[in-house]
Amino acid sequence: MSFTKMLAMLAPGMLQSIAIFSLTLIMSLPLGLAVAFGRMSKWAPFGKLAEIKLHQNESANRSAFRRWLRKIRNYLLRGLSNFKPVQLIIKIYISIMRGTPLMLQVMVVYFGPYYLFRVRISASYQFYAVIIAFVVNYAAYFAEIYRSGIESMPAGQYEAAEVLGYGKGQTFFKIILPQVVKRILPSITNEVITLVKDTSLAYAIAYAEMFTIARQLAASLSSFVPFIGAAIFYYLFNLIVAVAMEKAEDGLAYYQ
Amino acid sequence: MTDTILDMRNIRKSFGGLEVLRDISLTVDRGEVLAIIGPSGSGKSTLLRCATLLETIDSGYLRYLESVAAKPGPEGGAEYAAKSELKKIRTYFGLVFQNFNLFPHYTVLKNVTDAPINVRKRGKEEALRKGRELLGKMGLEDKEDCYPFQLSGGQQQRVSIVRALAMEPQILFFDEPTSALDPELTGEVLKVIRNLAEEHMTMVIVTHEMAFARAVADRVIFMDGGVIVEQGNPENVFGSPKEERTKQFLARYSEEK
Repeated sequence: MSFTKMLAMLAPGMLQSIAIFSLTLIMSLPLGLAVAFGRMSKWAPFGKLAEIKLHQNESANRSAFRRWLRKIRNYLLRGLSNFKPVQLIIKIYISIMRGTPLMLQVMVVYFGPYYLFRVRISASYQFYAVIIAFVVNYAAYFAEIYRSGIESMPAGQYEAAEVLGYGKGQTFFKIILPQVVKRILPSITNEVITLVKDTSLAYAIAYAEMFTIARQLAASLSSFVPFIGAAIFYYLFNLIVAVAMEKAEDGLAYYQ
Repeated sequence: MTDTILDMRNIRKSFGGLEVLRDISLTVDRGEVLAIIGPSGSGKSTLLRCATLLETIDSGYLRYLESVAAKPGPEGGAEYAAKSELKKIRTYFGLVFQNFNLFPHYTVLKNVTDAPINVRKRGKEEALRKGRELLGKMGLEDKEDCYPFQLSGGQQQRVSIVRALAMEPQILFFDEPTSALDPELTGEVLKVIRNLAEEHMTMVIVTHEMAFARAVADRVIFMDGGVIVEQGNPENVFGSPKEERTKQFLARYSEEK
């Protein structure tokens, strides 16, 4: 089999890899921003309640037992007042996404419905499972990058905007976010390059992307060449990504 | 009534257990230039931040013109006005920060005209014309396409003064406007503020520049430990201070200079 013929056989896989890459990026970048807001949420539904109780004075002539009870109550109230449900849920979500392999997450999303609910999995679900797992995983990573960028912004930028009368939305989208994007672009580049290579993890559920096809070809032809074809594909893909991201960084270099 | 632009009464503010403002009252009339001096940690900046709604007061009364921003609530704390009212009140004042806080991703002209156009909804043409006119007045006419990082500190601070003026505030606050500048650059900023004083712009200036405060201010307030220790016209406060703490502070300053 000629090299060009082999390339022709790999081509559909390439398109699938590019599809996984593009869809994941398009969906996880905005979702990551929303997750970042959740991660930074300060909403504490019981904050006020505990504040009031804690300020009640303790009278001195109580029994040791009642003082002890009171201490426990105050301890619990303090914990309750610090309870930030949105932040906690997002923290747990990010922790799981970063703490377990993406390959395993893909398998859970794909096989989970069957093992949990005995739902029959259709063939078309394969692609959705890959996209869901990738988007949910990458959103967690992007969220942490957004958060680092947003938290690195000096308070003075918010204050200047507030005094000038900008609303919250205007302040974020006109003043803060453009500067955040510039700050986090190198970290985003890292993640995007990783994503190109991670598309090969769809192999775990035998989804017909680049790597899966290359492996099948290699086995059926008992040849190493398909792997070399795949390697060249991933490398060129990443080269384009790196050049594009560098262009984007240059585009934002007009200010400091 | 309309002649009083800012009216603050019995303002209290604590951070944690530390009381930073202890029952501060002051008024600023139209056209008046008020200088606030005092050692670091005396509460000057906090007072300015409370007046500009960047901090909330714990208790007291805060009014601009006819609009009450905060008044004593039923339980003694401060009760702030509705959001829409506070939004209106923000149009009455401008604030010039110690470290400028210009928007680095906007050109000088956009820094100066974006809020008039997108917040105040003025016509674009009018806002640009007005912005250019103010930049010209500050000797920045050839800088409108520059980004803040391309300017010196003194130029940046002048841009931030223009940014505040472009909103046509009734009163302008300065939070140590020259403290972040090299000594040789403070002069150009002080000169601009002095020109504004000659045009009878109402201003409250927190500053460490004693000679400047003495020359420009109609009234000087000396703050220490969260209270107004002494106030009066500059000749009296600087020339013959009554309070011992004022004397000590001014003596230390003249030693340093």
